Amino acid sequence: MERCDVLVLGAGPGGLAAAAAAKKQGAEKVILLDRDKKAGGILNQCIHDGFGLIRYGSSLSGPEYALRALNEAREAGVTLRLGLQAVSMTPDRRLLAQGEEGLAEFEAGAIVLATGCRERTRGAIAIPGTRPAGIFTAGVLQNFVNVRNMICGKRVVILGSGDIGLIMARRLTLEGAKVEAVLEVMPQPGGLARNVSQCLYDYGIPLYCSHTVSNIIGKKKIEAVEAAPVDEKMNPISEKSWIIPCDALVLSVGLIPENEVALTAGLIRDEKSGGAKTDGFLMTNLPGVFACGNCRKVMDLADFVSRQGTLAGENAVRFLKGEALKAWQEQESGSMVKGLPLPGSVTCPLCPNGCQVVWEEATGLIHGNRCPRGEAFIRQERAHPARVLTTTLRLEGGESPLISVRSHKAFGLEHQREAVRQLKHRSAQAPVQAGDVLARLFFDGEEIQMLAGEEILAPAGPSVL
Amino acid sequence: MQNQYDVIIIGAGAVGCAIARELSFYDLKICVLEKEADVAAGTSGRNSAVVHAGFNNKPGSLMAKLCVAGNEGMEALCRQLDVPYEKTGKVLVAFDAEDEAVLQGLVAQGEQNGCRGLRLIRQEELEKLVPGVGGIGGMLSPETAILDPFKYGIALAENAAANGVVFRFEEEALAIERQKEGFRVRTPRGEYQSAFLINAAGLFADRVSALAGVGGYRIYPCRGEYFLMDRVADSLLKLPVYPAPKKGIGGLGVHLTPTIHGNIIIGPSAEYIDSNEDYACTRPVMDQLWQEASALLPALKRGDIIGSYSGIRAKQAPPGEGGFRDFVIREEEACPGLINLIGIESPGLTASRPIALMVKELLEKRIPLKEVPGRSRTHRFPPRFAELSRKEQEALIRQDPEYGEIICRCQRVTKKEIRQAIENPLGARSISAIKYRAWATTGRCNGGYCLNRIVDMLVKEYGLKPEEVSLRGRGSELLAGKVK
Repeated sequence: MERCDVLVLGAGPGGLAAAAAAKKQGAEKVILLDRDKKAGGILNQCIHDGFGLIRYGSSLSGPEYALRALNEAREAGVTLRLGLQAVSMTPDRRLLAQGEEGLAEFEAGAIVLATGCRERTRGAIAIPGTRPAGIFTAGVLQNFVNVRNMICGKRVVILGSGDIGLIMARRLTLEGAKVEAVLEVMPQPGGLARNVSQCLYDYGIPLYCSHTVSNIIGKKKIEAVEAAPVDEKMNPISEKSWIIPCDALVLSVGLIPENEVALTAGLIRDEKSGGAKTDGFLMTNLPGVFACGNCRKVMDLADFVSRQGTLAGENAVRFLKGEALKAWQEQESGSMVKGLPLPGSVTCPLCPNGCQVVWEEATGLIHGNRCPRGEAFIRQERAHPARVLTTTLRLEGGESPLISVRSHKAFGLEHQREAVRQLKHRSAQAPVQAGDVLARLFFDGEEIQMLAGEEILAPAGPSVL
Repeated sequence: MQNQYDVIIIGAGAVGCAIARELSFYDLKICVLEKEADVAAGTSGRNSAVVHAGFNNKPGSLMAKLCVAGNEGMEALCRQLDVPYEKTGKVLVAFDAEDEAVLQGLVAQGEQNGCRGLRLIRQEELEKLVPGVGGIGGMLSPETAILDPFKYGIALAENAAANGVVFRFEEEALAIERQKEGFRVRTPRGEYQSAFLINAAGLFADRVSALAGVGGYRIYPCRGEYFLMDRVADSLLKLPVYPAPKKGIGGLGVHLTPTIHGNIIIGPSAEYIDSNEDYACTRPVMDQLWQEASALLPALKRGDIIGSYSGIRAKQAPPGEGGFRDFVIREEEACPGLINLIGIESPGLTASRPIALMVKELLEKRIPLKEVPGRSRTHRFPPRFAELSRKEQEALIRQDPEYGEIICRCQRVTKKEIRQAIENPLGARSISAIKYRAWATTGRCNGGYCLNRIVDMLVKEYGLKPEEVSLRGRGSELLAGKVK
């Protein structure tokens, strides 16, 4: 039995922030538990950038954001316990976990749940058709592609326009697949406008709103889907359907808060969303058990998750000390611009506001931007659209076969696919420090440096050579 | 000769595997040819997983006789084979006087068939047994049970394999040649010869028989679709609930069945289709299933659905006729040595062992069968970590740290169990094979957490290329290869 003041469950953005905050708030012993052997949670497979615009004031990739948050937790003095899967807990804050060293029991003064979410599946949305190989949820495929160096087929259809689906549309395109269509049952895309713009529009990927997959075809391996527009009751209009041949169907149809462990202690969830119910101070029905991030309510940005984790961690300590808790302001999770970008506008990616900037052809007038950066962006966009490239490199001598990399600066949008093609034949050698230059490319007479997005330690090999 | 056997069994469904096990106790060289990549890949794994009592079948029929015998022996057999089994009983619900009359008739028919304990129940008892189910009364069948149909097939086959039976997967019988002494079966990868040929090909039994030169049979595929619900059975449904049967095309009506793992299954529908391999689910039927199921038990929540699947009945009764035609189990006069099993639809799973015994008797009429001492009649699966006591769990992790690492979170399946499933004695290596042995990927996240980890193990530790990892064998590869 290991005792601690605050036990944080899950080392994604919420848990890392909660643990660091609890420590800073004066808790003596804070344990951060995660089933993975690497902290960061799902951030580790989100190699695209756009994280940290609020929290760190710059656009980071998922692994970069995770590394920063991890370093903050380390510096604060958090005790990391990785490779431990929580199995069950009790209302009096005892928790059972298991790992390679056996079963471990914890007893905590307060607990912060930061267990994230899982993806809604094909089974849950009951798409008719056969059950062939080649159907993935977007996150599962993202993990295959970005972490495990495995890819689905070449012709892909994406159902749902959640952010991960949009991100994967671009990712698969960059790696040489053809995304035939993104189908969204609602009249508007589910993801952020900036992702619609930068993932679909940039690469000419067709988006069909008010459409769905009405049938899956293929005996052993998926061969095609039947796509159809939907009526106002969301039922497919079969006479308007058409067949899209494909060898993979990717689902991005929603996220479900994950609370399996806390349920064993009698956690009360919101009936509809499945999220942990909390009071205004992020405390659940279980005294001293707080919840933050996606296991409470699915959020748009990791930055908001971190912010909420911070408050949950602080409140956990206030609870321990018998101090007054601080309330969570729901509007702190901001209002991101979602859905279709305004016609004729360009979505500025430089901050989470996602301003939809318009250049009026007739007058040359620029509007829609809330700051001068938006104007600069649209000028660049009209002259020569440029993007920061995030991708992976093969890694030799590490645990993982890949390492995430990003370009040190934005460069021509038209060169991005070629850049990824060239990088296919390069590799990096462990150990690697975050920020190391792992490859150099040349476009338009400029050197583009590909920087390591994470740190890879030398593998623990045999001590005698 | 290498591929020379005494007996070839075509089809590794519940019946084929039961026959293989039953014959494996004797001095016979046996090979099972299966066109899919694992056992129980067809109807045997796509059903309600109910051990029927036998009251539904016509008195005097083989179906009735073998079903009742199968029900009686199933509990002991499952214990011998380490197959999860639970005698839940089953309830049929009457909604009106007509239904009540039907149920009365079923009790009488069941008693004639030799079913034990059947009785009509009043509304109060019905409400107590299955709270929330409407209806004015019903019938209770205390001997009806549920089991794990995948593990049933696997256990039979592994038991047979331990006794020397050879299983060949992805070996479809393409041609059968009758020779002076027996048969020569051509498959995609080779030729197999035997003195006796047992046709346990289920949905394909008519074709296999025709390949051997015996025409005249026809299987009419009749599809049943199902919904699979999350593990909500504990609170909602303790035993299978069926509506009183209506006259129709030969199904048992859309019913609710708790599974041995605590899920609830809804279905099946009954619809004659053209292909005996079209396992699609269709929108109209899915809508109808949900409508009928929620009428039967209004407490069901749509959000608890985690999957859908379908199975196909191997019916001999054509669409116009409907109902059930009796099993055909015989050695063909026109083709000595060929033992045909035709039209083995429900209750084939329940009846599988008595069917196997019948086949053994048919064989015994032709050749002396000598029991071989030392042949095993029992089988054990590796322990399921999640079901052990804390003490046992700790001991296992100490013994092997891979028991500490959870790969499938929903079902709490450890890395060691995945390894044992990958290294199964039949050599089935698909994701499905691992799924049905270790029960990974079967939870509410549909493999969202564990699928990648299982694929990674197959690639890193078992040398498969990413593009070789398949869902259900050749042709169902999940991935195209490496990214870079």
